[in-house]
Amino acid sequence: MKRRTVILAALAVIAAPLIAALPEEAHIIAITNARIVPVVGAEIPRGTILVEGGRIAAIGADVAVPAGARVVDATGLRAYPGMIDGYSSLGLVEISAVAATVDNRETGRINPQVRTLEAIRYDSMHIPISRSNGITAAIVAPSGGFVSGVSCLLKLDGWTHREMAVKPAAALHIELPGLRAARGGIAGGRRGALRPSPKGRRSWPSSKACSMPPGLTKSAGTRPPRTAVSPCRATTRRARACCRSSRASFRSWSPSTARRTSGPPRNSSATRTSRPSSTASSRVSRPPASWPRRGSPSSWARSTTCLRSGRTDTTPSSAIPGSWPRPGSRSPLVVERERRQGPPYHAAKAAAFGLDRGEALRAVTINTAEIFGVAGTMGSLEKGKAANIVLADGDILELRTNIAKVFIDGRETDLSNRYTELLEKFKK
Amino acid sequence: MKNPAIPRLAVCALIAAAGLRPALADGGSILIKNGTLLTVTKGVIAKGDVLVVDGIIKQVGGDIAAPAGVRIVDATGRFVVPGLIDSHTHVALAGTNEGSEAITPEADVGAVINADDTSILTALSGGVTMVHTMHGSANPIGGPNVVLKMKWGRPSEELVVGEALPTLKFALGENVKQASRTVQPGQTQRYPGTRMGANAIIRREFARARNYMEQWDRYRKAAAGKNPPANLVPPRRDLRLEVLAEVLRGERVARVHSYQATETVEFMELAKEFGFKIQCFEHIWEGYKIADELAAAGIGISVFADSWAYKMEAAEGIAYMAGYCAKRGVLVSINSDSGERIRRLFNDAAKTMKYGGLTEDEALRLVTINLAVQLGVDRIVGSLEVGKQGDIAVFSEHPLSAYTRCDMTVIEGAVYFDRDEIVKAREAAAAKAAAPRAEGGAR
Repeated sequence: MKRRTVILAALAVIAAPLIAALPEEAHIIAITNARIVPVVGAEIPRGTILVEGGRIAAIGADVAVPAGARVVDATGLRAYPGMIDGYSSLGLVEISAVAATVDNRETGRINPQVRTLEAIRYDSMHIPISRSNGITAAIVAPSGGFVSGVSCLLKLDGWTHREMAVKPAAALHIELPGLRAARGGIAGGRRGALRPSPKGRRSWPSSKACSMPPGLTKSAGTRPPRTAVSPCRATTRRARACCRSSRASFRSWSPSTARRTSGPPRNSSATRTSRPSSTASSRVSRPPASWPRRGSPSSWARSTTCLRSGRTDTTPSSAIPGSWPRPGSRSPLVVERERRQGPPYHAAKAAAFGLDRGEALRAVTINTAEIFGVAGTMGSLEKGKAANIVLADGDILELRTNIAKVFIDGRETDLSNRYTELLEKFKK
Repeated sequence: MKNPAIPRLAVCALIAAAGLRPALADGGSILIKNGTLLTVTKGVIAKGDVLVVDGIIKQVGGDIAAPAGVRIVDATGRFVVPGLIDSHTHVALAGTNEGSEAITPEADVGAVINADDTSILTALSGGVTMVHTMHGSANPIGGPNVVLKMKWGRPSEELVVGEALPTLKFALGENVKQASRTVQPGQTQRYPGTRMGANAIIRREFARARNYMEQWDRYRKAAAGKNPPANLVPPRRDLRLEVLAEVLRGERVARVHSYQATETVEFMELAKEFGFKIQCFEHIWEGYKIADELAAAGIGISVFADSWAYKMEAAEGIAYMAGYCAKRGVLVSINSDSGERIRRLFNDAAKTMKYGGLTEDEALRLVTINLAVQLGVDRIVGSLEVGKQGDIAVFSEHPLSAYTRCDMTVIEGAVYFDRDEIVKAREAAAAKAAAPRAEGGAR
């Protein structure tokens, strides 16, 4: 008995430091003295955010800091929700001219079964760069063809791509024909291409493997087959599709086609020919009035205004007051292949040309979250949401702002990236 | 708001017409009042006026009374900066690469200026008043370049800036090697296909040019002598080698497209060997690795802010480059090399404050005075100083803010871009198109 007691005591002595070191309280973080910009709700000029278990436990001007919490003094800093990039190729493209490193464009015109999650290079050098600029989540989308594939929503922190996946299947991406594709016979094949499968109306990509109709692997320029493509059954009840177009041909896409394809697209980023572009680098879109949502014709207008940043618009910029979405309508910002620029700068550019600055901030945070169905967990600083918090020394949409800290799911992330590594290496 | 369909052509025609107003070719007069003046070289004036008379800045700062007949622009709440300069573009040209041969110093882009290129208007919308428009990077030796003012609506002869330093475009690296091209059946790959070939071919041409100069010197010496021999015949003129001879004589400077540290250092050695001046390295994404060498040699760089990772040779580019090199004493300028980025040079300059820690003043220099120095036109442009040409841009917010836009661009006192006018023109066009056909509309 005595020996056992001695052994137990000895074990206790050895184990005590280890037990004390177990992060019982370490996963409670209190960010204090911050100027909090929750995006939803009023700014708090000086307040505290309490993070517990990866979520925001409390947020406000008088939040008590529990004993043992790790205190991060954010005096002089602003706290924002982590930004969400609404359209990127993060993890799919390393060096765009080197085909071996490019994985965002599959061959063929109709590829609903292709999923970007399965190709993410989680160790991409671009991910830490985006993260260190305050972007904590991103839609990684496929491109090319007519039906490009299925995107995923990633949080920009994790050791494997599966760990990073917030939504393994976020949306089906469709690229409506532009000038180049017009020659390829899309015009003739549009209706056939998206005819619902014989199985029924609700046919969207799912985790099951899809069989591609033979002959669909030719590149653009061939006529799409008349038989229906066979997307598989949806995993989610309400499927999302993102349509991308740079022409008003979007508007001419037959609404009857849309109705037949079992569920309307949720967002669109199209240009209206008649409206001069409000900025040289962004295009505001509005869905055509003729696209009723199944069962609720009016809900379309409420939900879908997307800003997309174009690369080749050379018309002179002009500010057209009144052409921006009215306050209250949601406008998520999507950035096309300008991964280096990042959503904040595009949002600010839109604000330069008339978009309300508050709306510009919402466009890279809560709006994107709502569009992709994750507004319950991210997009704003609210109690219960994931602790995706960015501490910045100024307005997060400003070019000169420095990001001091980035928390994803309550974990402080490493802000070093390819830029800082190379700079340190050659400074010596 | 439902807009009626406007024929695109009509809008373009209206915009073009707005530009073809008779802006004075010999310089105009304008008084810009009550703006925040960012002079670049003489500090910031919180609220002041700028007076341009006959194309030259006559007064900067203070409250200036308008002379008779001078247009007055109210810049209250806005920021007045010198017109931005872009030293690496390919706008307003009807051709940029004579890629069928590797060495083409005789191909002069000044012969193919296209004053109808709408990129000129695009540049104006970004506050850019002057560009150094160049050959591409297909050839190890591309040819002479030209500096243009963005005088939209004027004939091409009026765009050329005669005071600029003559330049010759060189290129090294992947584009020269045609790395991304597949050799078609029946064709052979062009020489050089490697970086060592690129250096070798440039060295060969300079050796020929040196030989050419010696032949001509011998001839002139003999011809100037007391009894020139009767059968003295001048050497055959070689237009190609004459351009290179200008470089060797110091009458023309080299602007070199390069990315990697190795090829850059090797070109510097080559320049030392032949005794010619490199004014600027273009792009040079690995420049931070040799910042001290560049500063010591007095060679400037013309770079992007953060557009990297598009090629292997750009894979080690870092956004800190411009700011870091500037702090090490290299003369840095930001360029666009694109009809899209030329609209937001000021945004790119602002990034060096975040990546590199430059001050507002230092960042603004990267798109104004530094370029003027690199192009040899710092006596006439690049800052708001009395005596310089009236090239001015008016911004809605501080030009280094993400929320800013360029509202007006003035070249030599004449307004070449006015955002309000363009908006009005569009609205007028929309109103006209909405009218019934009987009244001249489109309905």
